[in-house]
Amino acid sequence: MSDAPKVAAPQGPMDRADVRVTHAVGVSGAMGAFLDRIRSGDLGSLPVVVGLAVIWTVFTWLNPLFVSSVNLVNLLFESSTVGVISLGIVCILMVGEIDLSVGSVSGLASALLGMLWVNQGWPVWATVPAAILMGGVIGWVYALLFNRFGMPSFVSTLSGLLAFLGLQLYVLGGTGSINLPYESFLVRFGQILTMPHLVAYALAAMPGLFVIISGYQRIARRKAGNLSAGSFGGVVLHAATITIVLELAAYYLNLSRGVPWMFGLFAGLVVAMNYALTRTKWGRSMTAVGGNREAARRAGIDVRRIYTSAFVLCGMLAATGGILAAARLASASQQAGTGDVNLNAIAGAVIGGTSLFGGRGSAYSALLGIIVIGSISSGLTLLDLSSSLRYMITGAVLAIAVIVDSLARRSRASHGRA
Amino acid sequence: MRRESQYDMSDPSKASSAMPGPVLSLRGISKRFGAISALTEIDLDVNAGEVVALVGDNGAGKSTLVKILAGVFSPSGGAINFNGAPVTFPDPSAALDIGIATVFQDLALCENLDVVANIFLGRELNPLKLDEVAMETRSWKLLNELSARLPSLREPVASLSGGQRQTVAIARALLLDPKVILLDEPTAALGVAQTAEVLDMIERVRAKGLGVVMISHNMEDVRAVADRIVVLRLGRNNGVFASHATNAELVGAITGATDNSVSRRVQRRADISEGATP
Repeated sequence: MSDAPKVAAPQGPMDRADVRVTHAVGVSGAMGAFLDRIRSGDLGSLPVVVGLAVIWTVFTWLNPLFVSSVNLVNLLFESSTVGVISLGIVCILMVGEIDLSVGSVSGLASALLGMLWVNQGWPVWATVPAAILMGGVIGWVYALLFNRFGMPSFVSTLSGLLAFLGLQLYVLGGTGSINLPYESFLVRFGQILTMPHLVAYALAAMPGLFVIISGYQRIARRKAGNLSAGSFGGVVLHAATITIVLELAAYYLNLSRGVPWMFGLFAGLVVAMNYALTRTKWGRSMTAVGGNREAARRAGIDVRRIYTSAFVLCGMLAATGGILAAARLASASQQAGTGDVNLNAIAGAVIGGTSLFGGRGSAYSALLGIIVIGSISSGLTLLDLSSSLRYMITGAVLAIAVIVDSLARRSRASHGRA
Repeated sequence: MRRESQYDMSDPSKASSAMPGPVLSLRGISKRFGAISALTEIDLDVNAGEVVALVGDNGAGKSTLVKILAGVFSPSGGAINFNGAPVTFPDPSAALDIGIATVFQDLALCENLDVVANIFLGRELNPLKLDEVAMETRSWKLLNELSARLPSLREPVASLSGGQRQTVAIARALLLDPKVILLDEPTAALGVAQTAEVLDMIERVRAKGLGVVMISHNMEDVRAVADRIVVLRLGRNNGVFASHATNAELVGAITGATDNSVSRRVQRRADISEGATP
């Protein structure tokens, strides 16, 4: 096909040849395009950023301790455990399914960790992978039920919610809880280990550097391919903003204990998941299956395998979150993974902007959403409100997030955006 | 092949294409669903650089035939020859690999993905580090060859009009350099102007030397673009017409309601030909 006669070569870049299309030029153009997108319902992470600003303002006004460095470090410790589970939820929501049992799976993983490590004397390096593997197997069973028997995921995982809670109680046995050794690395990782200040600053500089390098490469490649490239200035501005925000955050957290390593792990997982979802064939297939399953199947995508990968990843991340939660509490108890863990993980993903309807979302929504959830929880705790109120407020926030998602979806449909 | 030869002569454009034989040739294709014969002894030839329209009433077996060619169904009997060699399609990707691309009526696009992602869906370049620039460049080339007018390839397909979506679906079918492209009702959902654009596009695909099989209900569109019109009725061949056939002739063959001279002549010819074909 490459030897076909060239159509009258456009003067400018290939993708700017059509005169009917307006293209945003410069900073004001970019602002206009941004506003247009918002108006048509393509909200991205705007609601969560606005929501976060409101929540932080209100809680700081009610109790200035809320924005203290000490509290924010605690918030990051707290958020990382559920955040990892939420990342798995992002995965499963991308393909338009749901896993309601992530809380129970995380609780079972922590129970398994306590049983194998403390009671059976397994080394920790074998226990942790075993528990994560168990989460993967659970996800694989869900995928099997879904692919082979057409069992809707919300039913299979709802039964899993109960079944694995039962298994968790069975594993823990009569004592009801197993204490993990305080001096072990795992518990220290979950409770006190924070990055040295210099490491925190260095890691905070990484995303900006990455934006600069990848932006430079992208512009060079697009120019070589005769496509419009955008300006390098915009890339630098973007990188500078990210770097300044992250470095300030690192500085502020370093005023007290510093950035938790556990949060570093969570952020690393988020970045890896974001890469996998946006820059690999697998991620493209996930989005396609979530958007139009039949189209994906006809395009030659092995839809069953994509579903399986989503369920397995969700299960593994839920188990990982459970292990981190056990490390954070230094115990594997009957309460692990119960209560609001499930809801918080799902709410985090949805609040962050991953659609419940499949095919739209981002790994970063787990990060943003879980910080919103964590902030609410932390703020209400500081106000000394009972968990009854905390549940009600978190429930209301989830409801609002889903309403925003639904409305945005309707608006996108009427404005011709997916 | 033999029985179409007369019509080939009548079409001046065919004289120039000195092809040794049809690129795709079906002989005696049958398809049964339980007690129902959806297709009975269907013969069909598609030459390179020609548009064959497949017309027929509802239930005539057009879509079944296209699905057999796309590898969605396997035929109960008969032979498919591609470039003279017998082929079978165990699954859709086999048909695609051999060089038969299909644009289904519902287009099967992912509305939440952009144009480039849709064109390359399932065949992304560089699976572990998607090569977006190469994919976008290739997409623009494909679309420019079709003289398609798309505003941007980075907008989700949901923002495109029906004709533009058809364009994307055709461009996607052309990605693997097929020899034959099957279009199932490409103009069914389109307005007047968009239909004209799609018909132009079909002619450009033909000019590239591809064999095009087009299913349509719209006789006007069929006559505008087809080199030959193959009529199916109740799962059987019911005549082959040149593009200048009158509406009455076509409708007569499609419905079988008019037992006119044309349908009788066609039937006679079909009988002779079937008797001659071993």
